[in-house]
Amino acid sequence: MSSEAFDLAVIGAGPAGMAAAATAAEQGLRVALIEGGRQLGGQYFRQPGPGLTAPWLPKLHHGRSRFERLAARVETSPRIEVLFEHQVWAVEPGFTVLTDRGPVTAADVVLATGSYERVVPFPGWDLPGVFTAGGAQALLKGNLVLAGRRVVVAGTGPLLLPVAAGLATAGAKVLGLFEANRIRGYAKHPLPVLTNPAKLVEGIDFARQFIRNRVPVRSGLMVVEAQGTDFLEAVVVARPDGSGRRRIACDALAVGYGLVPQIDLGLTLGCEHRMLADGTVGLRVDTNQRTSVPGFYAAGETAGIAGVETSLVEGEIAGLAVAAAFARSRARQAAVPDAAAAPADLRRRRDRQRGFADVIRVQHPVPAAWRDHLTPDTLVCRCEEVPARAVTEAVEDLGACDARTVKLLTRAGMGWCQGRVCGYAVACLARRDPTEPPAATDLLAAAKRPLARPVPLGVLAEQDRRNK
Amino acid sequence: MSVDFTFDGRPMTARPGQTVGGALLAAGVQSWRTTRFGGKPRGLFCGIGVCFDCLVTVNGEPNVRACLAPVSAGDVVVTQVGDGRE
Repeated sequence: MSSEAFDLAVIGAGPAGMAAAATAAEQGLRVALIEGGRQLGGQYFRQPGPGLTAPWLPKLHHGRSRFERLAARVETSPRIEVLFEHQVWAVEPGFTVLTDRGPVTAADVVLATGSYERVVPFPGWDLPGVFTAGGAQALLKGNLVLAGRRVVVAGTGPLLLPVAAGLATAGAKVLGLFEANRIRGYAKHPLPVLTNPAKLVEGIDFARQFIRNRVPVRSGLMVVEAQGTDFLEAVVVARPDGSGRRRIACDALAVGYGLVPQIDLGLTLGCEHRMLADGTVGLRVDTNQRTSVPGFYAAGETAGIAGVETSLVEGEIAGLAVAAAFARSRARQAAVPDAAAAPADLRRRRDRQRGFADVIRVQHPVPAAWRDHLTPDTLVCRCEEVPARAVTEAVEDLGACDARTVKLLTRAGMGWCQGRVCGYAVACLARRDPTEPPAATDLLAAAKRPLARPVPLGVLAEQDRRNK
Repeated sequence: MSVDFTFDGRPMTARPGQTVGGALLAAGVQSWRTTRFGGKPRGLFCGIGVCFDCLVTVNGEPNVRACLAPVSAGDVVVTQVGDGRE
């Protein structure tokens, strides 16, 4: 790793990170774009591995030209150093971005680490053949591999639409798309829907694809059980109250209940957070995408799940804001009150899209009844193999009142994934009253990680040596 | 062009650019780890490196995330039992 200090470090090369890096570089800043994977694009713009292609590929990657334009801005910039396969495990004030390949120092940081999927446990969810919805999508986009031949897509939220459409386009038999929530609620929010006509068009396009590929779409149903011995053989779908049970033989399930902002690096640094209506926690940002920690910005999903359009705009706003702050400090006018650096139309676009995202948020909650379908043996924590029975015992018999105590008593959330998969479920189960939504402190208990990634001891020792 | 590797001693073929997990699933293999306590089979779940369910032993190194690791010619991939360090 070069010992050179950058003006800006951008963490994550998805839509928000690419936009922030390109924009800041075009304003003259020296930028390090730090990415854990091997390619630009993140999850939304995930590209197939080098050399992979398929006849249906162009249909899967809509918005490809937009990605290529953005990628060209990043790749051709002499001021951006892209650091692939660098896993960031912490950010120290000042800023030093600590990666498994050594530290990167920068005056400012944009956190663009995106999100990961929210899943809730149900009997059999640990069987091979059960994938997260985004996981099935990543397999398809990155490897051109189908999660299965006969697939059920279920859960809640807008991600299910491209997942089901993509699988059908690539040749899987999609046996059903089961949206757990009734979707008529959108009619109650006409303004955000009508001011985002692109979303309406997108929805109509998906509906056409489902009719063409004969994908049955049902709302108000969720997967309550996965069946099989060593691999998935069938799922049972039912209404959240358990009525109307129906068994569907299949070899893959793609299931997800929305997305969770990936904000551990910001939380550990001390950034303020805000609780969102979808039961997730995002970083609090101002109109310039600044968090409460000076010099540390958040763009896209890290400021609350809002989708690709928002990520692109917020990346641009963050890039402009960082550049403007630099210009001010160079001119020694730091005391000048900072007007918004980004043009008003960019900010209006961001606000309009955030408005639509807020509507989506309330339409797609996790049905509270998910916990009624657990059996005592259902694993809650997949890493440490902690069954629901142990969590219930911790809460009801041992007096645990919060997620942290449940974790200490059961090891739920102590494994490899650091509570990313079971964190939401444990936060819900820590509530004795099942009608109460998870508390922010309980969600934060799983989201705050002093080491954001598993780090070899040798890397920690090396950092210690550097600090001396 | 294809990439030849082995899984538990069996010859396998991947397309270049695929990950270990993608190549195994394409070949019909759904599981390549058994859990530490229950001995239960696991394979891909989140597909993006978050859940660590797809851990596998590659060329003697345990705990490799199959969903992220690119497959290379000559790779020796074996089912990981428990923590893979027995």
